[in-house]
Amino acid sequence: MMLALLVIFPASMGVIALKTRNVRVALAMLLGVSAAHLCVTLSLWAKDAAIPPGAVLGLDVAGIIFLSITSVLFLVAAVYCVPYLLAQAHEEPGGLHLFVPCLLWFLAAMTLVTVAQNLAMLWAAIEATTLASAPLIYFHRRKEALEATWKYLMICSVGIALALLGTFFLGVAATVPLARGSGLSLPALIQAAPHLSRRWLEGAFVFALVGYGTKMGLAPLHTWLPDAHSQAPAPVSALLSGALLNCAFLGIFRFFQILAASGNGAFARTLLLLLGFTSLGVAAALMVRQRDYKRLLAYSSIENMGVIAIGVGLGGPAVFGALLHAVNHSLCKAGLFLLSGNVLREFGTASAGDVRGVLRRLPGSGMLLMTLLFALGGTPPFGLFVSEFTIFAAAIRGTQAWLGPLFAALLAIAFLGTASVLLPMLQADGSSVSESDREPWLSVATPLVLGLAVLILGLYVPAFLSDRLHRAAMLLGG
Amino acid sequence: MKGYADLLVLTAVLLDLYMVATSRLGACVRASALQGVVLAGLPLVLWASEPGAQLAPILAMSVGALVIKGFLIPRLLFGAIRQAGVRREVEPFVSLHLSIFSAALLVGVAFWLASALALPIPVASSLIVPGALATLLIGFLLLMTRKKAVTQVIGYIVIENGVFIFGQVLAGQIPFAVELGILLDIFVGVFVFGIAIYHISDEFDHIDVAELTSLRD
Repeated sequence: MMLALLVIFPASMGVIALKTRNVRVALAMLLGVSAAHLCVTLSLWAKDAAIPPGAVLGLDVAGIIFLSITSVLFLVAAVYCVPYLLAQAHEEPGGLHLFVPCLLWFLAAMTLVTVAQNLAMLWAAIEATTLASAPLIYFHRRKEALEATWKYLMICSVGIALALLGTFFLGVAATVPLARGSGLSLPALIQAAPHLSRRWLEGAFVFALVGYGTKMGLAPLHTWLPDAHSQAPAPVSALLSGALLNCAFLGIFRFFQILAASGNGAFARTLLLLLGFTSLGVAAALMVRQRDYKRLLAYSSIENMGVIAIGVGLGGPAVFGALLHAVNHSLCKAGLFLLSGNVLREFGTASAGDVRGVLRRLPGSGMLLMTLLFALGGTPPFGLFVSEFTIFAAAIRGTQAWLGPLFAALLAIAFLGTASVLLPMLQADGSSVSESDREPWLSVATPLVLGLAVLILGLYVPAFLSDRLHRAAMLLGG
Repeated sequence: MKGYADLLVLTAVLLDLYMVATSRLGACVRASALQGVVLAGLPLVLWASEPGAQLAPILAMSVGALVIKGFLIPRLLFGAIRQAGVRREVEPFVSLHLSIFSAALLVGVAFWLASALALPIPVASSLIVPGALATLLIGFLLLMTRKKAVTQVIGYIVIENGVFIFGQVLAGQIPFAVELGILLDIFVGVFVFGIAIYHISDEFDHIDVAELTSLRD
């Protein structure tokens, strides 16, 4: 009941927000809903009830982790929106009246993804995230934004059609006599997993991986991602990268759970390893000499989705590392996208070559940008170091030890690529005059909060979180 | 009734081939509409006479497909073509001969794949799985070899039709799943592509996806 409300409330508030023409009223609604959403989400940590088979909505350990990431990031992005939208209100009224409603629907759809315990519902929810976020990408009514939106819709819709086919394959796999009646309910399918038709189950995973993998941004299905992330407004990029990609990963996670329970996890692992290393390699190659700093961050998201896929694919302790990495990456990347919005507003260009002296003109954002850049690169004492090292350590202890050095080498290339683009932007070129800082404090405080969270997760992982992460890893046989 | 199911699936596959072969945009849209109408009959002939089948979801699925695939989406596409003054030819990236040859090849692949995937449940029509796969693969062919936004949308609809045909295997068992498919069809058809095409035609003189190339590495 509470879970249904958590979906319906933002959705209906979105409809109400559609009616208002006043930006301030819409922002107040956005803040109110996201704060309420976070409060309810936090209260759900206390409950830990088993989900009855057949339930459509339910919150398991994986669900609450991803729901919490979504909820936290959404509140931070909503707060960031306050100075952002007030500044935009004078310039571009075009996409403004749809912005807050679509954000709220986006929240509702992502919440539904995390609480869906029926694979048909999960599929519908992931499709709904596409619909809700497309107008957000097309916020700046520019030709490039239109191109990005078109690619996003087209490629993700095809992906989602394939995911539906995968879901149908699963339905066929569950029609064998022993598993009859389980329908598409996740707990029932997991229970019946050993009896499911093996070949159809494998087919189902392949299609789900391709379909949801498109949305998650795994190479070679990632082609929409750099465009959409670079064209969307900063808070939307933060949500796309930090929350939406995780939701798509959750779709793959659910199918993996069934395969793991059926005793055929090795099949899924091999495929995930393959796609994971492809993503890491493609992203690392394209990040070197990247000229657009928002695209650079987008490619870094592909890289990190690859890291998560590799972690799950390696199995064992690496699965815990992968899930922890999902948390870390969300916080860190969302912070970086918000900062990129500050830089874009000050310099008016996304081309890294034209931006110089960020540290002087935007001292707060510049310092944070440098810190989060190192956090993203996996340097201690930040959270991403812990999660990436966990995966690396599991890789070199595994049966294919050579994967470990390959993993580390690709990460190093990606980090060097990022640093070579972002670091020159920070330094002053001497010619620009030091201006009075025009940073609204909220647009610095929001990424600061995320940066602090990444730092804390690097120093220690709180017991309540690590307990859930371990139990979620166990669902995948880790 | 069940004998008709084979006929309907075969008609759908023939329409796939026609869409690949025709060079006229209007004919392509009309063929996709006709395919929608043909597919709307499929749930009825397969499941309506089945004892114990729930009639309401099956009827809803059929009517939904008829209205959305057969009427709404084609209307939208024609509207977009008129509004943007698109040239009435398909303009594929590869020659039509090559497309037809590839499509025929894909039908063969679909039958081969289907023979490898034995359904664990008896289904009235043995053509459903190969028909679904053939439609899906040809949809991909249309999507990838055509330049215009409108023809890409047709390719996507053909892919969806392939998934729809496959969904018929489950329609009697898990109506919930198929209903959701229809529900999302509504969204995709009306909301997404309607708005997207509207804006694209608004911004550009003609809808040509090959023009959308300013974002690349």
